[in-house]
Amino acid sequence: MRSTFLQNFRLFSQNRGALIGLLFILFFTLLALLAPWLAPKDPNTLYVEHLREAPFHPSFLLGTDDLGRDYLSRLIYGARISLGTGILIVLFSGTVGTILGLLGGFYGKKIDWAVMRLVDILMAFPSILLAMAVVSILGPGLLNAIIAVSIVACPQFIKIARAKAMIEKKQTYIMASRTFGASSPRLIFKEILPNCLGPLLVQASLGVSDGILNVAALGFLGLGAQAPTPEWGIMLADARVFIMSSPFLVTLPGICILILVLSFNLFGDGLRDIIDPKLKARSS
Amino acid sequence: MKNFILKRSKDLLPTLIGVSLLSFFLVRLIPGDPVMLMLGERGANPEVYMEMKQKLGLDQPIIFQYFTFIAKAFQGDLGESLISKTSVVEEFFSRFPATLELGMASLLFALTFGIPFGVIAAVKRNGFLDYFLMTMSLVGYSMPIFWWGLILIITFSLNLGLTPVSGRLNIIYDIDPVTGFYLIDTLLPSTLSHYGLKPFFSSLAHLFLPAIAMGTIPLAVIARMTRSSMIDVLDEDYIRTAKARGISAHRIILIHALKNALIPIITVLGLMFGSIITGAILTESIFSWPGIGKWLVSSITARDYPVIQAGVLFIATFIVLINIGVDFLYTLVDPRMRKELQKVNKKRAASPTDKAPPQNEGDPL
Repeated sequence: MRSTFLQNFRLFSQNRGALIGLLFILFFTLLALLAPWLAPKDPNTLYVEHLREAPFHPSFLLGTDDLGRDYLSRLIYGARISLGTGILIVLFSGTVGTILGLLGGFYGKKIDWAVMRLVDILMAFPSILLAMAVVSILGPGLLNAIIAVSIVACPQFIKIARAKAMIEKKQTYIMASRTFGASSPRLIFKEILPNCLGPLLVQASLGVSDGILNVAALGFLGLGAQAPTPEWGIMLADARVFIMSSPFLVTLPGICILILVLSFNLFGDGLRDIIDPKLKARSS
Repeated sequence: MKNFILKRSKDLLPTLIGVSLLSFFLVRLIPGDPVMLMLGERGANPEVYMEMKQKLGLDQPIIFQYFTFIAKAFQGDLGESLISKTSVVEEFFSRFPATLELGMASLLFALTFGIPFGVIAAVKRNGFLDYFLMTMSLVGYSMPIFWWGLILIITFSLNLGLTPVSGRLNIIYDIDPVTGFYLIDTLLPSTLSHYGLKPFFSSLAHLFLPAIAMGTIPLAVIARMTRSSMIDVLDEDYIRTAKARGISAHRIILIHALKNALIPIITVLGLMFGSIITGAILTESIFSWPGIGKWLVSSITARDYPVIQAGVLFIATFIVLINIGVDFLYTLVDPRMRKELQKVNKKRAASPTDKAPPQNEGDPL
């Protein structure tokens, strides 16, 4: 067990992109966890004498926004929200999606058919559109945006879990456990699920990046987190008006979103290379 | 072919019913009374209220309302917008060309750059150019396009002054929207005789940045797909044979390999339609592009429920149909798939109890 872990880690560290991704993820995680100590100022305090101060100001390293709030502190607190929402979305959609997919793949027939139609229906709605519709029911807000985006993210997990379950249920070890009288739930969750974890983990990493993007997009459209919350999407939307006079207000939150999303994509890609060596052999 | 249609319609019909149910009930769940919303604060006279409710059919049981909705939808009637009081279908089709024009321009951008990038990366596998192009495409894939659009505006419109900031056409031109595609409308004789070619270039300049913003993610997906598909094909025996026969490398790559490598791209293009609509929603909001996306965003903010319902229904149905179309195209383009299908059908004919054809099971992702 330990040696395969080490082997995998060595494989992983050879993938420079994935390693860079992991480093940035760790960096943003630290920012998020230590935000109250790292942020130089409170993210919501208004310094009324310093409106839209340019970056590299002696007391505001990355300047201030239109209400005189310290931009660096807001960006640091923003990491909390983006990372947190990304992870929550993957937890929600991953759990629901995996269970549905495993059930569909394991039982087949009518259950599978019903699960796949659900996937078809959800996939027919463009992610932001469905999320927008859900938010219009629940009302705008960060939690509602998370729920909406989680629903949208389910089909990916369903498809992966279903495909793996279909392959695994035909393996000899499943037949063996069945002859020993293992119940179906036991087969699904104790035997099949551990063997599906690899691809699901890859999807989890890619899912975090999708989730972050979608929540930021909803925030940008005014349907996600609401006003004083230091969320990168809203910060971007608020800064639009000052695109001419203070372009840094637009640039910085976007760079943060881009780097965080890119990190999770790099990490997920690297993970996939380890978990699916066949794919790697083919593509490199 | 008949089999294909039969097999698909078994899945298609329930999906479409589900889509219609979802778009119908989603809107019913929106809090707030639509009748009150329509009448406004002052019109809350109980008699007027009841009359309005009856007129809209909202006093009927909800199942009845659903069937009325479907029946009317088939007659091309999806209700009226609460705000503009005009037919939703009419509004949809007056805005659709704008989104379609933008979508096609962005797809054109994505294909013209994505396919060559993918081919170059595959040919220079593991070289510097490969790493560079694939890193760039991953950056493109991770791009928050609502930010990317703003950055493009800052660079090209505000700093370099090359392109306009928003809209589809300079407002000084009053053109006749015959087709709704401004690139075509500006070339119609009536406009040409009046303004010359200037409106055409104006609409082209307006299209430039939104198309780049919207095409960036598809470009990245296409480049990555082309690369991996190209690598698969380049390893095949017939390519080695072609090399042995002394056919030039260019010819092999561009004609022998690319032709087959493009087949999977068709599927990806079809599946991309959903993300293109997502792109349209964001891009149109940034560039004030008067299309479907911007219309939906403003309707959701205004809780204009017939518009949300119709828009969601239209787009989802459109995507379902496109996916089926792509599947069909795929079987047409790739003879191997056709054989596969025939084999499946023969097998099914041989053993009628076998309900799940293996091809369906083998296509999980």
